[in-house]
Amino acid sequence: MVHTCVHWFRKGLRLHDNPALMAALRDCQELYPVFILDPHLHNDTCVGINRWRFLVGALRDLDCSLRKLNSRLFVVRGKPEEVFPELFDKWKVTKLTYEYDTEPYSLSRDQTVTTLAKEHRVEVLYKISHTLYDIDRMIEENNGKAPLTYNRMRAIVKTLGPPKKPIPAPTMEDMKDVKTPCSENHEQKYEMPTLGELGHDTAALGEEQFPGGEQESLRRLDEHMKRTGWVCGFEKPQTSPNSLSPSTTVLSPYVTFGCLSARTFWWRLAEVYQGKKHSDPPVSLHGQLLWREFFYTASVGIPNFNKMEGNPVCTQVDWDTNPEYLAAWREARTGFPFIDAIMTQLRQEGWIHHLARHAVACFLTRGDLWISWEEGQKVFEELLLDGDWALNAGNWQWLSASAFFHQFFRVYSPVAFGKKTDKNGDYIKKYLPLLKKLPAEYIYEPWKAPRSVQQAAGCIVGKDYPHPIAQHEVISKKNIQRMKLAYAKKSTDAAEPPASLILSLFPL
Amino acid sequence: MKRIKGGEEDGNGSSSESSPEACKKVRTQTSEDETPESDWVRLPQELLLHVFQYLPLLDRAYASQVCRRWNQAFHMPELWRYFEFELNQPASSYLKATHPDLIKQIITRHSNHLQYVSFKVDSSTESAEAACNILSQLVNCSLKTLGLISTARPSFMEVPKSHFISALTVVFVNSKSLSSLKIDDTPVDDPSLKVLVANNRDTLKLLKMSSCPHVSPAGILCVADQCYGLRELALNYHLLSDELLLALSSEKHVHLEHLRIDVVSENPGQHFHTIKKTSWDAMVRHSPKFNLVMYFFLYEDEFGPFFNEEVPVTHLYFGRSVSKEVLGRVGLHCPRLVELVVCANGLRPLDEELIRIAKRCTQLSAIGLGECEVSCSAFVEFVKLCGRRLSQLSIMEEVLIPDHKYSLDEIHWEVSKHLGRVWFPDMMPTW
Repeated sequence: MVHTCVHWFRKGLRLHDNPALMAALRDCQELYPVFILDPHLHNDTCVGINRWRFLVGALRDLDCSLRKLNSRLFVVRGKPEEVFPELFDKWKVTKLTYEYDTEPYSLSRDQTVTTLAKEHRVEVLYKISHTLYDIDRMIEENNGKAPLTYNRMRAIVKTLGPPKKPIPAPTMEDMKDVKTPCSENHEQKYEMPTLGELGHDTAALGEEQFPGGEQESLRRLDEHMKRTGWVCGFEKPQTSPNSLSPSTTVLSPYVTFGCLSARTFWWRLAEVYQGKKHSDPPVSLHGQLLWREFFYTASVGIPNFNKMEGNPVCTQVDWDTNPEYLAAWREARTGFPFIDAIMTQLRQEGWIHHLARHAVACFLTRGDLWISWEEGQKVFEELLLDGDWALNAGNWQWLSASAFFHQFFRVYSPVAFGKKTDKNGDYIKKYLPLLKKLPAEYIYEPWKAPRSVQQAAGCIVGKDYPHPIAQHEVISKKNIQRMKLAYAKKSTDAAEPPASLILSLFPL
Repeated sequence: MKRIKGGEEDGNGSSSESSPEACKKVRTQTSEDETPESDWVRLPQELLLHVFQYLPLLDRAYASQVCRRWNQAFHMPELWRYFEFELNQPASSYLKATHPDLIKQIITRHSNHLQYVSFKVDSSTESAEAACNILSQLVNCSLKTLGLISTARPSFMEVPKSHFISALTVVFVNSKSLSSLKIDDTPVDDPSLKVLVANNRDTLKLLKMSSCPHVSPAGILCVADQCYGLRELALNYHLLSDELLLALSSEKHVHLEHLRIDVVSENPGQHFHTIKKTSWDAMVRHSPKFNLVMYFFLYEDEFGPFFNEEVPVTHLYFGRSVSKEVLGRVGLHCPRLVELVVCANGLRPLDEELIRIAKRCTQLSAIGLGECEVSCSAFVEFVKLCGRRLSQLSIMEEVLIPDHKYSLDEIHWEVSKHLGRVWFPDMMPTW
């Protein structure tokens, strides 16, 4: 039989390596590529202006590519469970395809939609292409549990073999019998979202550093893959958090939104590596993709993964409730220039280097402010272009030493850490221009500068720039003890031996 | 949770597991309750108690609502030996607090059953005061263990000193059998320590009192001089004296097991006194197996008085940045070192220092390096010298600097080889 098919874009905003889309085209006479603006996901609390702009760009790009195949993108507004029954009826849909997504909200939403589809006699088909592997399979291979160490996951990946090869984008040939009925007022009914649609203040937008979209992602991929030496030698920890332009690929936002297929990325790297000496996971570029896989697997295998309560792998810590501290961190006014510069770049551009993320995450949680990682998670979700439910939750737990990582004596110093890769503080000067006249000696610790120096630089601590919110040396000492208490409690609840060194010193 | 098999058998009366007394009790009760179908009724109290001991408090409380017998079991003294009072202000804390009604019930019905008690308070003064109020009411209590734990800020320090001291004194005077006392971060003072000693000198085995600013070296010396059973002691460096060490090494004193010393500098430029080598030697002679745990939270230029002579430290923790030079001295003067944690160092590699530590600290079995640098070759050399005695090797991946001999991937093989197990540096994920 011939189908009238809706292909539902959610992530996977691309035509290349899109098996669900290809499945939609099989025996298809009418195709409706749809994107739903879901108020639950697309609102100005969850999505900051940079993320929104990226998404809008990605959708425009998708529409553009679809037009080349004589099709169009239909942007529909509303809750999927309300929108779909109408569309099923209006368009007389017989098949629905989508790319599988593992997030809890997605799973529950897709369940609801599938039930509705069945009621409307619509066949539902999904394909896995957002992750390198089938995550459920990965968990199965590990005896039904998510691996809790990267190395364990690597071992499983070895048994699974390399990821599936990506498939090409549909061609005119694939589309020859397919029609996308498009009315004259398509632009009004299914209009592309505007920048101001969610209520953001668009005047606050900075220059677009990372335009969204499949075309842009493939272009960037090509550009990076040309630098074979760099690709082969890539070791993430050796890249700098505070270089003036990104020292890593910044392909992560494209992978997050699905403008770039993870498998495509993987296999392009494999091509470059072919026959050459190259770095290995975890530090290599392949390693980055495996980290993503690691957190996706954890997010599926561990219940309540984005919370502390009810999360079996997460240490229960008595984080403080301190709105002042949280606001200072979020608004880049902690009085620590390194931290504030990073949080400024984050808000302005939507991207910061991963070591920068470590520094601010540690500072907010176990290092200095003792605020729950769940608060940090919310801020990153809103501001990061590559903010991803699974990776955000996983990384925040890692950095706060709540899960996966237990060596809580390793604390990032908000003063010393940045100095290693940027002695002069050029990064700080770029994002906090009011500090730019301070000499390198004081740029990381302006409160130590003599009054005369501060005056000469036109930056008085306490007036033009805040006092440091906490005395790092004093507060980190207390925090180590607090962390130790939290771990001690954990070890009496569970049977596993405490992983931390410090616990072997003096039982509590 | 284990299932109790005994119940059914006893119900049938076929085994002699339960004492005759218990059986009698069961029989009389069944004649009272006219519910012949429930064998539960015939379960002896001891077994009920045994089962209840496996239940967390909340579940036990629910169980106690089932019937009179279960309610009686719930209130048996054996179930009220251990208690941890959790005192938080719900508006500002993530964790749950002990219900005020439960606290009332414990004070009225069970205070004389309590033996092992701790108070966990958050950063609010109200919580610490609530703890003191409860303590003041434990007049019939003969506690063996008391722990006052401030999880966040030292909130006991904000309670009016007299209020705190009088509450604590209630316990000291009434218990007369205190064995373990944890009062870190509290305003305890010399006179109250005298009271402690006067009433509990024969039983006191463990005393933790780090960061107690109102105590003087004389105050703690009084404890050491009279509590000959003291095996574990934790205090700040300013309370440590030659006299204290000698007192702890006196003939009448038992072997010391743990001595933990926090060396803390609140403001840069603080001066610290030195301890004579002879005092340490006396300690080691008296208690050859004792653990000396030292936590250093000093600014880099304050280490002058330390590590110039041999010191018998076994567990050494540097919480702030410590210089290469000091780590070099550690290698020279810490032959008993078992565990070393260096949170941060500086931007120069610790190659020679680590190798010296490997050579001279022959007991070293655990090491953790945070923000430091070590060249891969030196690190391999270090591991080779330590060999299989290194049971814990916690090195962040960014600590290791690749050189002409080894890259990061090669290093994990080399190290695993020398350790005799698979080893990887600790990773931070890429985000």
